[in-house]
Formats: sequence, C-alpha cells, structure tokens
Amino acid sequence: MVSAPFLYAVLLLAVPVAAIVMFSFWSQSYLDLDTTLTLKNYREAAADPIYGQLLARSLWISLVVTVITVVTAFPIAYFISFHVAPGHKSLWIFLVTIPFWTSYLIRVFLWKVILGYNGVLNSGLLGIGVIDAPLTFILYNLNAVVITLAHAFAPFAILPIFVSLERIDRSLLEAALDLGETKVSAFLRVTLPLAMPGIVAAVLIVFIPTIGDYVTPRLVGGPGGLMIANMIQTQFLKLNNAPMGAALAVIAMIMVTVVATAFVLLNRRFLKGRS
Amino acid sequence: MALISLSGIDKYYGTYHALRDISLEIEGGEFFSLLGPSGCGKTTLLRTIAGFETPDKGVLTIDGRDMARVSANRRPTNMVFQSYAIFPHLTVAQNVGFGLRRSDLTKAEKAREVGAALEMVGLGGYGARAAHALSGGQRQRVALARALILKPKVLLLDEPLSALDKKMREQMQSELRQLQRQVGITFVLVTHDQEEALIMSDRIAVMFEGEIAQLATPQDLYLRPNSRRVGEFIGMMNLIPGRMDRDGSQMIGDIPGLGRLPIVPDLLTDGQGPGDCTFGIRPESMSLVFNGELPTGKFVDGTVVERAYYGDMTYYEVLLDGGTAPVTCSMKNLVSRPVLDAGARTRLAWEPGALIVFDAA
Amino acid sequence: MRGGGLRIYAVIYLVFLYLPILLLPVFAFNSSTIIAFPLASFTTEWFAELPRVPALRDALWVSLKIAVLTALVSTLLGVCAARAAARYRFAFKGTIMGLIMLPLVLPEIIVAVSLLVVFLQIGLPLGSLTVVLGHVLICTPFCVAILNGAFQSLDISLEEAAIDLGETGWSTFRLIILPLVMPGIISSLLIAFTISMDEFIIAFFLSGSEATLPVYLWGQLRFPQRLPVVMALGTLLVLASVVLLTIAEVARRRGVARRGQQDNGGFL
Repeated sequence: MVSAPFLYAVLLLAVPVAAIVMFSFWSQSYLDLDTTLTLKNYREAAADPIYGQLLARSLWISLVVTVITVVTAFPIAYFISFHVAPGHKSLWIFLVTIPFWTSYLIRVFLWKVILGYNGVLNSGLLGIGVIDAPLTFILYNLNAVVITLAHAFAPFAILPIFVSLERIDRSLLEAALDLGETKVSAFLRVTLPLAMPGIVAAVLIVFIPTIGDYVTPRLVGGPGGLMIANMIQTQFLKLNNAPMGAALAVIAMIMVTVVATAFVLLNRRFLKGRS
Repeated sequence: MALISLSGIDKYYGTYHALRDISLEIEGGEFFSLLGPSGCGKTTLLRTIAGFETPDKGVLTIDGRDMARVSANRRPTNMVFQSYAIFPHLTVAQNVGFGLRRSDLTKAEKAREVGAALEMVGLGGYGARAAHALSGGQRQRVALARALILKPKVLLLDEPLSALDKKMREQMQSELRQLQRQVGITFVLVTHDQEEALIMSDRIAVMFEGEIAQLATPQDLYLRPNSRRVGEFIGMMNLIPGRMDRDGSQMIGDIPGLGRLPIVPDLLTDGQGPGDCTFGIRPESMSLVFNGELPTGKFVDGTVVERAYYGDMTYYEVLLDGGTAPVTCSMKNLVSRPVLDAGARTRLAWEPGALIVFDAA
Repeated sequence: MRGGGLRIYAVIYLVFLYLPILLLPVFAFNSSTIIAFPLASFTTEWFAELPRVPALRDALWVSLKIAVLTALVSTLLGVCAARAAARYRFAFKGTIMGLIMLPLVLPEIIVAVSLLVVFLQIGLPLGSLTVVLGHVLICTPFCVAILNGAFQSLDISLEEAAIDLGETGWSTFRLIILPLVMPGIISSLLIAFTISMDEFIIAFFLSGSEATLPVYLWGQLRFPQRLPVVMALGTLLVLASVVLLTIAEVARRRGVARRGQQDNGGFL
C-alpha cells in the first residue's frame, strides 16, 4: 500500500536528486552537455569569489532568520500553550497558520511595498510626522530579506514548539515550584529543556528551506541581498549552464546537511550534558 | 457434543510462540472464562475463536463445523471489544442495528429488534443518542446489545469490564451473569481479574505463557490449584517451603512453624514423593484464637509482625514459633474481636485439610 | 485574564503576521496607481479590469487544472501512505516514510532544478503535466501529515467490530473507515489545492509556456502600472485561500468531534 507513494517519491525525488549530483560532475560546452566526469564546476565554484560570497551570505541570512524567527516565535507558542483557554487553542493556531497558506509571492511582494522608499511604512511614518525623510535601511538589503523571511516562516517555527510545549505535563512545573524553584528557574530548568525537541524541529524546519529561498532575495534583497538560489536559477535558465547550477545546488545541499547535522549533534550533547 | 472445540491450536508471531498446543472444549450455554496475566495468550485465543487470528496449527470447530475456511464475518460468534468499538459516527440505534443491515427483516422489524435489544441491556429510549456522548458503562451496554442482536451461538467478551470503575464493574458483573442465564448463549470471557472470573464463570481456563495451566470450576480452581503458580495467581496463598518423609505407608510433612503431620494423598498436586516441597495454605484457613472462641483444627503459637485493617477484615502477618517467615491469616472483624497490634503474642488455629502440597520452588 | 505581557506581544505578533494581507485590499480598492499612503479614492476599477485580461484567464485556468489534479493525486497517495503507516509494519518503514516526507523540508529550488534536469533529459515537454508531477511531490507530505491524524486515531477494533457483525472488507471500508476519515480527506484535498494554487518556484521552472497564476503574477510585478491589478488579483487569491482553509479546518474539527476525541491543534 505504501508502495505507490514510495515509488512516486523515489522516481520524482530520489532519482532527480541523484541526477543533480551526477549533472554537477558534467560540464556545459556551449549548447552541448559534456558527460565526461569532471570536477571543473566545483573548482570554478571554489575559485570564483562570487559563488563563495553568495554561499556564505545565504548561510548567514539563513542563520540570522532562523534565530530571529525561533526566538520571536517561542513566546507565541508559549502564550498559546500556557495562557490560552484549551477551547481556544486550535483557533489561535489556525489564526497563526492562515497567513502561511496565502500566496507566498504576494506576501513577499507586499513586504516590498511596505518597506519601499515610497512604501507604506515610509509614507505612513512621513504622513504622521514621525520621520522627516524616508528610511532607506529597510529595503533592498539584508534587513528586508531577514524581515520578510522571518515573516514567511513564522508558523513553521510556532507549530513544532507549540506541540512540544503542549506535551509537557503541567504537574512537572508544579513539582518544580513545590521543590523551591522560582517561576523563572522552573521555566529554565523544566520547561525549556522539555521544549527542546520542538525548538530543534523549528530551527531545522526554518533553516533548511530558507537557504534555498528564491523569491524573497529577488524581490526585496536588491543586488546586495541575493542568495544562492538566485544564482542557481541564473545558471539554469539564463546562462544555460545546468552543470554549474547543479554543482551549486549540491554544494548548498551539503552545506545545509552539515549545518543541520552539526546542530542536532551539538544539541544532543547539550541535552545529555544536562541530564 | 461440545459447542466449541479446539484441538492442538498453535500460533506464532514470528518466533514468538503465542499459543502452545491448546486443546479445550466449551459446552453450549456455558459461561467460560480465559484467565491469565497480560501476554499469556488469552486474547489471542479469543480472537482465534472470533476469526481475527489464524492458528498455525490445530482445528477449531464451532457447533461441529470446522472454522478453518470460515472468515470472521461469517462465524456464529460476536464480540464485545475491550474498547467497545462503538462506531462514533452512528447513533446508538444505528450501532445496535449495524449487524442487521444484511438481514431480510423489514425496517419496522429491525427497529423493533433494536428496541428490544436496548431494552434488554437497560438502555431503552437511548436509541437516538449520539454514540460518542455515552458514558463508559453505557458504551459497554451498547456493545453488548449490538453483539447479542444477531443471536450468535457464542458471545466473545474481551476484557469488557476493565475500563469501568470498581462500583460499575461489580454491577456489570452480576448483570452480565444474569443476562447470560436469560439469553442462554455461550459466553467466553477474557479477563486478567481472577475475582471477576470466579464470580461469573461456570468454568475457568487459567493460562500462562500460551498454555492452559488448569481448567476447572471456580471452586475447584480455588480449593485445588494444580500448581503453585495457579495457587498464587488465584486469591492469596501462603507458600511455606518444607519437606516430606516416608514413614511406612504414610507420608509425613515437616512444615516449619506448623509442625509435623501426616499428609494424605488428596493433598498432593502432582503425586509428590519424599523430599523438598512447598506447602500452600490460604489465609482464611488459619485463624487467630480470641478469648471465648472455640475454633477447631490444630493450634500453634506466634507473634503478630504486622497487621492491615480492611474494615470488614483484618490481615495479620504472624511469625509462628519455629517458622522461618511470617504467614498471612485473615480474620473477619467482629465487634467481640479486638484488633491486635504488631508485637502481640497470639495463638493460631489451622485446618490440616486445607493444606496443599506443591513442588519445591 | 492571564499572561498580560505575553498577550500584548501575541497581538503585536499577529498584526505583524497579518500586516501584508491586510494591506492588500486597502490598495486593491485605492484608485491611485502608486502603492503608498496617503490613499486616493475608493475604486473597484482594478477588479473590473481582471476579467478583461486574456493571459490572466488562461493562467487561472491552467492553475485550477493543475491544482485539482494535484489535490486528487496527492491525497490518494497520502491516503495510501497514511493507512500503511497507521496499520502495517513493514521493512524500512522509517526510511520509506522519511523519503515521502522529505520534500517538506527540502529547499524548493532543489526540488525544482532536480526535476527540471530529469524532465529535460528524458525529453518530457515542460507544461502543466510536469508542474503537476512536481506539485504532487511537495503536496503529498502535507496530505500524509493531515491524513495520519485521521488514520492513526482510528481504533482498529472498529474495523474488526464491523467484520464481526458480518460486513466484508470493502463494506467495512465504505461504512466505517471512509465516513470517519472523510473530514481528513476533504481537508487534505483543500490544503493540497491551496498549496498548488500558490506555489511559485516549481511552476516557474517547470511550467514551460503554460504559465500558472503565480508565474503570471511574477511577470506582472515588473510593471509598476500593473500593480493595482495585481493587488486586486492578490486580494481575491488570499480570500479564496482563507475560505478554503476555513472549510478545511471546519472539516478537520468535525472529524475530531465525530471520532469523539479531544481537539489537539491544527494542521501538521
């Protein structure tokens, strides 16, 4: 029974990913693919600083977005889990998830409209006299990319944290208070460690997709805010150099895997060290 | 001829031997229980009769028909599930009438049958209720009505009372027993609660590790367990390690604390001979001797080590003079009887006829 | 009212979350072509212009076609996977389910270029079919996640009870399983439909000349004078998403109630 979806996943996921890896060892000579195996693409990726710069920037943006998203999402998840009446919890979760399901493209574009030089924020603030000249640090740079991505991935961060908070037996906290902890120390010693699996899930689920985001850097990032996905797209569709694009995709995948694995391992050691 | 007959039933889950060569017969109209700790195979055996498990070996017949090629939906058995398995999207009446879907009855006849079945389990007028709004006891009754409406030859009950609280469980025990007598259908009950099995059953099969350890009436099972394990599982039993010696044609038991006395062959569970053995005696077969009471039997002295007061009864742990470990004895609390505290000296009367001899541990 | 400070934070956070979609209708009904404050006057002109654009109609049609197909196929695959995961034990279960769920976290650009490479190599022409193939891949994990809830909470003894009462395997599926998981199926269909309607990257790479609505929108974003119309279109899209999601959520809750359980949160 599982074979149908499994076969589908193999054919349309495992095979293509394998193909991308293979492609990355080929090369493009004008209009033809040269299928002799070569490390040329990887050498080029290492040699040309533009690629390294893009990769580093993508990684940096992803990390910043992940930290901001998870840190800002935690209080929301905590609020819904601990302070919202049980009957209203699913309504709150629904409210939090709705924006996520609306057109990504339009949401990102609206951030451009909001943050722009003549945008909603500036024209609004100018209109009510808070500022004298439009703010310029908020569009076509990294800040805009970070704000937009943090917004886009918020529900992704809130849901897993919420789920892990919900699983915490409330009597554990009462036990901690009973044993002389303050509310703050009970939170740090009981709630936070128990919520860790949710936080780890949130970090991964935000970090991994953001590194490959295309729309946001393109729309609000300006030239200084482009990320690796934009370069992959350029290689594939504009420069018609699929092998180079494939190599970049593979590097991005490896980078994501390494960082994600390192994070999971570190966290595991951290949790083990505490217990 | 027996209604249900199992012979040489074996069942494996991978390498795990769940049922080992089970043979037993269940008579028509009988209230039969499969009793044992969890994992002993009792539920697997029940599900084998229902047709949800296929035995790897052996023959199962119901009413003389071989069931090997009869699937669960065509067997003359119906089941009350442990979780009751009440269809949550249907009403009470739809649940009870579920099995009538394929019958030739008219709509009105079906409605009448459903009404009668609900009446029978004491839920008359509940037909239109939503199933998921019922209490535990009510769900159990619906499950019963739903299974009985098809007038099966056998009703299978898988731990039907385990989800109920104590009061409700006791009430349902007597109701189930009454219902069984009233409808005359064979009930096969799976339970891990020995008290429940004793109260309700005509016969009980005690199972351990996929095997039937003993099959007997409740009284025989309680009074004459055929092994220490059964004796310990059913009710409370003092187990005292000791030995037996041959003295001419007689066996003499040497029981630390209780003394030396002849052992008649009736007391042996497995024709035990001279050597080490374990003597079993139930707490109620020993009693403290209070002033003005004249119990019969043999007498020994000892010291109360501990006591537990239960309201109607008091359980004493008494270290007998010459004994190695305390024995438990239960006393009905009477106004005229004091409750002794730990440290009190006391005299104990016991019935040698209540002794049972098991193999040495 | 508990959690005073947190509550204020939560409200501010919700405003942040909803800011973009709340601004959408504001500018969709604003007569100025410049998307900024202060607002000019109220107009429905931008909405009226929508049906007059043939390329938009075509894109809408393509998107609907793709979304319906995607919803059907991925829900069907989701039912198979969720049922198998809930009911059966099989070798490499974790690995297999992991692979099926993987697209949930894989960067979409990777999925898109991988598929592009393969489709080009095997000579499959880019178009609606290739987009459907890609969308099914990324929608199936969501369907599995939703349907898992429905199938896992289904007590196996319900099925056995139906068989015990004389039903066959198929009639048990029809009378017991289907009614109980139907709300899950409906919400799975709607979620997959919504994702497919909104998805851009995969469509961007795989749609060839058959532009979907988001791909069409992407093209329009370059022309400032087209922006009010985009705003109007976006308003309608968001509205449609919200309606579909509300139906999906209601269906999910009804399913929870029907199975007589406690509600334990939303999708995922």
